[in-house]
Amino acid sequence: MLMFILRRMGIMFLTMLVLTFIVFTMVNLEPNLKKLALEQNNTRMSQQDVEVWLEQEGYRRPLLVRYGEWLGNAVTGDFGYSTRFRMPVNEFLPERIGYTGRLMFWVMITMVPTALIIGILAGMREGSRLDRSLSFFSILTSATPEYVSGIIFTVIFASWLGWLKGVTNVEHVTFENFALPVMTMAFYGVGYIARMTRASMAEAMTSQYIRTARLKGLSFPAIVIRHALRNALIAPFTVIMLQFPWLLTGVVISEKLFNYKGFGWSLVEAADNNDIDLLLAISLVSVALVIITQLISDIGYALLNPRIRVR
Amino acid sequence: MESLSFFGIWGQAMVRFWPVWLALLIVFVLGRLLRRRLGLFGRLFDSRIGALGLGLVLFWVFTAIFADSIAPFEPLKQIAELKRALPGAIDPNSGQAFLFGGDNLGRDLFSRMVYGSRFVLLIAPAATLIAYLVGITLGLPAAWYGGRVDDILMFIANLVLAFPVILLFYLLVTPGIRETAIPNVMAGTFFLFPPGFLLLLLYTRYAPRPLVFWPLALLVLGIGGWLYAGLVFDADPLGLVHLQPNELNIFAAVVAASSPGIFRIVRGLALDIKTRDYVAAGQTRNESPWYLMLWEILPNARGPLIVDACLRIGYTTILLGTLGFFGLGLSPESPDWGSMIDQNRSFLRIVPTIVLPQTIALALLVLGLNLLADGLREESLKD
Repeated sequence: MLMFILRRMGIMFLTMLVLTFIVFTMVNLEPNLKKLALEQNNTRMSQQDVEVWLEQEGYRRPLLVRYGEWLGNAVTGDFGYSTRFRMPVNEFLPERIGYTGRLMFWVMITMVPTALIIGILAGMREGSRLDRSLSFFSILTSATPEYVSGIIFTVIFASWLGWLKGVTNVEHVTFENFALPVMTMAFYGVGYIARMTRASMAEAMTSQYIRTARLKGLSFPAIVIRHALRNALIAPFTVIMLQFPWLLTGVVISEKLFNYKGFGWSLVEAADNNDIDLLLAISLVSVALVIITQLISDIGYALLNPRIRVR
Repeated sequence: MESLSFFGIWGQAMVRFWPVWLALLIVFVLGRLLRRRLGLFGRLFDSRIGALGLGLVLFWVFTAIFADSIAPFEPLKQIAELKRALPGAIDPNSGQAFLFGGDNLGRDLFSRMVYGSRFVLLIAPAATLIAYLVGITLGLPAAWYGGRVDDILMFIANLVLAFPVILLFYLLVTPGIRETAIPNVMAGTFFLFPPGFLLLLLYTRYAPRPLVFWPLALLVLGIGGWLYAGLVFDADPLGLVHLQPNELNIFAAVVAASSPGIFRIVRGLALDIKTRDYVAAGQTRNESPWYLMLWEILPNARGPLIVDACLRIGYTTILLGTLGFFGLGLSPESPDWGSMIDQNRSFLRIVPTIVLPQTIALALLVLGLNLLADGLREESLKD
């Protein structure tokens, strides 16, 4: 187990190294550097001034030297300076991650129980009318990306009913302005988790031990809660963990949609303005999130399911 | 200004779609009559979910085909008096109604929604197809040979999958990138796979019969080369095949984002199928590894792959919408659903209906594809 974790950590660092190098190369492409120069100074700058500025700021040194420099700083915890927000990345980004963390927390809190309940209800009597309508609902939610559901919810709840607000604010979060982004993100994710739960629940319900329990004369709720659930919830655990990286795309879309100035919004701003250091830090955080959740889901799966043995 | 009533709007909209209804009617009547002969696709007509999914997908396919006769206006035509018009507002000059209202520049949302289906239904299936060929051509050997090849390919696939899709698009689909050779190099690599795959397919089957093999191989090379020149270098000698630089850019990025996932699925399926007896029988016949991969393993993996392809076209549709939503890659006036959502959403407070046609259209197409996948899965499980 320890070897497994160590090897995965090794691959994780290698992945991060390669990915940051790719991002570094991409943001330092000639057109991107020009864009940066124009954004930092004024947009009517001449070709010559751009060249002078890039030379002066050190963007003209060899790529590998600069990547090495960035890497050296990043290892010691210094992620450089954000050109878009004119402050060190270390001051800017943690605050934004905090805001997004709050969003993610509420999304998870609403999404996971809803999805599990839908999946269990649908899977406990496979093929029933309840199963069919809940399955249709799950397919429907996974067919509506955030920019579709977000807009439809805004039209219904903000424009027509006037219950909620279509724009949110990181400093001042209330139920009225925070419900829509949470709903939007949770809606897209619910279907997938529910379908996985349903499949694993349906499989558990056909197994021998459930038949035994039924023949013993246990009531249906007792069978579902005491016998089926325990085995049926192992597979969805992995799926839920693997939802984090998917949520990342959702975060970017809903933060843009509702103008919530968190991590996803920073990504859009950094990418739009070719903010090199901020973009690198953001990709590092998101890649780490993806890989760590994968690792946790593998370890958790092995711990929850004694039949799985890790090499 | 004159305007249609609620029922007038929907009545006219339904009438405008008449070629679609007719085509759907023909497909469903024929499909039901011939369903015993159509195999898996025929059985879709027996499942309610599958038939609904097929109907939704075909609705948009036929809309894309007949867009010219369905849409009352040109997608780019601006009528100044009808800026942000409410649904049903009538254009005084032509007497035609803006069925679903007008956008901020006075363009008909209904027509733009109809034309928007073309872009999606052209790019999404084509990109998925190319991504599939890439995933299959790399996934099969990874599963078959294992070892170092597998390790390296898996590392690359996981690398791309660890990359947040949005960030990937923000780096790969920009006007700046189009000044460099990167989109052409990427597309050039990806478009090598279809002819390569076909040649491999032919070679493994017909290599002992050169009289069959060479004409077919030359045909593939000829057509492949022609399409390749047109698509990648925009240098089609006949001037028929042509992609805008931004379309090529989007295409390459979408293929890059979806092929690693397909690679992993193909690899997983092949790992399972390669232990079957019929593969072992092929090995004792001394068949070549590529013959076994392409003619024994691949056909037996088709069920899950077809289901996944439906889901993946839906997912690609979502990705294209995301690109439009972030204003990446597409020309600003293009009537694709994602860009329309992005352009109109700031006027949502003034006219709430201004964003609805394109969002609901996109959701319906993806819903159709997902239902179709579900129906196919259910029917193929009955075997």
